[in-house]
Amino acid sequence: MDIAFLTDIVKELFSGLISSFWIFVLTLLFSMPLGLLITYGRMSKFAPLHFLAPQHKPVGKMRATLANFKPIQFICKIFIAVVRGTPLMLQLFAVFYGPYYLFKIPLSSEYRFTAVIIGFSINYAAYFAEIYRSGITSIPVGQYEAATVLGYNKAQTFFHIIFPQMCKRIVPPVTNEAITLVKDTAMAFVISYPEMFTVAKQISAAKTTIMPLIVAGVFYFIFNAVVAFIMECIEKRMSYYR
Amino acid sequence: MHILEINHCNKKFGNHEVLKDISLSVEEGQVVSIIGPSGSGKSTLLRCATLLETMDGGDLIYMGQSAAKADATGNAIYADKKILQEVKKHFGLVFQNFNLFPHYTVFKNITEPPILIGKRPKQEVYAHAKELLQKMGLADKADAYPYQLSGGQQQRVSIARALAMKPKILFFDEPTSALDPELTGEILQVMKELAAEHMTMVIVTHEMSFARDVSSHIIFMDGGVIVEQGNPHELIHNPKEARTKAFLSRFQQSE
Repeated sequence: MDIAFLTDIVKELFSGLISSFWIFVLTLLFSMPLGLLITYGRMSKFAPLHFLAPQHKPVGKMRATLANFKPIQFICKIFIAVVRGTPLMLQLFAVFYGPYYLFKIPLSSEYRFTAVIIGFSINYAAYFAEIYRSGITSIPVGQYEAATVLGYNKAQTFFHIIFPQMCKRIVPPVTNEAITLVKDTAMAFVISYPEMFTVAKQISAAKTTIMPLIVAGVFYFIFNAVVAFIMECIEKRMSYYR
Repeated sequence: MHILEINHCNKKFGNHEVLKDISLSVEEGQVVSIIGPSGSGKSTLLRCATLLETMDGGDLIYMGQSAAKADATGNAIYADKKILQEVKKHFGLVFQNFNLFPHYTVFKNITEPPILIGKRPKQEVYAHAKELLQKMGLADKADAYPYQLSGGQQQRVSIARALAMKPKILFFDEPTSALDPELTGEILQVMKELAAEHMTMVIVTHEMSFARDVSSHIIFMDGGVIVEQGNPHELIHNPKEARTKAFLSRFQQSE
C-alpha cells in the first residue's frame, strides 16, 4: 500500500463526497420548508362538515364524529405514518422505478439524481414536520392569548410570535436529523447513484481492499463534525433569550 | 355611554355552569374590582370579556359596538372576525403570568404591537413607549430581555405593553398572584397611579385592601353568580349576604 494509491482513493472519494454533500444540502433545502407545510396540514382544524353539528344544538354521536372530521389533518397523518413506517431504501426504489412501472416512462440516468433528492426530501419532510409540531405545541398557550388580545390575527401570531420561538426549540432535534441525513446519503447506493459510499464500494471491490471504506468512514465523520459545529453555532446565536 | 356592557352572560364548560346570568357595566374612569373564591368564575368572566372564551349566552358590548348579541333564545351570536378585531382595540389585558414575548426586548414588546397591529407611525410609538417605561420606572431596562427581569418588572412591562395600545379599558387577571408581597406592592402602586389618572379598569384580585381603597365599585362573585356588589368600603366592612360575610371574615379579622 503506497502513498500514491491512497491519494488516488482520496481523490476519487472526494468527488463522491461532493455528490453526497449536494444530496445533503438539497434535501435540507427542500424538506425543511415542505415539513413546515405538512405540520401546517397536520395541525389544521379545517372541518368542512362542521355545519352538521350547530353550536347550540345537541346532535348524535355519529353526526358529531362526521362534523369533527378534519380531512387535511387526516391526509397529513396518513402521509407521516407511511413515510415513517416504511424503509427509506424502499421509498428510493419507489421514486426511482415507480414512473417506469406505473406509467412506462423510460428511466434516464439524469433522473437518478432527481429521484434521490425527491425520495430524501419527502422522507425527511415527514420527520421535520413532527419536529416542528413538537416545537409549536411546546409554546405556552399564554403566548397565543397575549397575541390574540393585542389584536394579532392567526398568521401574524404564527410568523411573529410562534415561529421564532419554535426555531429556537427545534435546533437540537434538527441537529440530530441533519447528522442522520449525512449518514443516510449512503442510501443513494441502492439506486446506484455515485455518491461517496457507492464509489468507495466500487473501488473496494475492484482493488480488493477495505481501505476506501475506511477513508469514506473518516470523511463521513469529518462531514458530521462540521455539521455539528455549525448547528452548535446556530444554537449559540439563538441563546440571547430564554 | 358605557365603555363595557355585559348582559345576561352565560357560560358552560361541558355540563358545568361557570357563569350564570351575569350582567355588569363599566363607565369611563370607573375602577371595578371583582373578588371571590377560586372557581367562582371571576377569571372566566374576564376571559369572556376579552374574547379569550366565547360566552354561550348574552350580550357583550364595547363603546356601543356589539361583539356578541343574544338572539331570541338568548344564545350569544358573535359578530364576524373583522368587527371583533375592531372591538379588540378598545381593551387591554394584563395576565397573571405576564405572557411577555421572550424573543423580544422590553422595548420591542411594547412597540411591536402598536406598529404591527395598530399601524401607528414608528416615531410616535417609540416616544410613547419611552414615556411608558419612564412611568413604570424601567427606563434603563429597554434593551433587556424578559428573562433578565424580576417578576415585578415583567408585570410592569406587560402593563406598559397593554397601555401602549391606548386601550379605553384595561383588564387585570390576578396581576399580583404570581408575585411575592414586596413585588405585589410594586404593581399595586402602579395600578393606583393608573386609577388616579382615571384609567378605566376591571381588576380580578385577591388583594382586599387594595380593592377597597382603589376601586369605585366592587363585585363579589361565587358559584358563577354576582352575590353582592356596590360601594367598596360598604361591601368589605359591612357585607349583607352570608356568603360574602364568610368569605371576608378572615380578611376582616386581620385588619
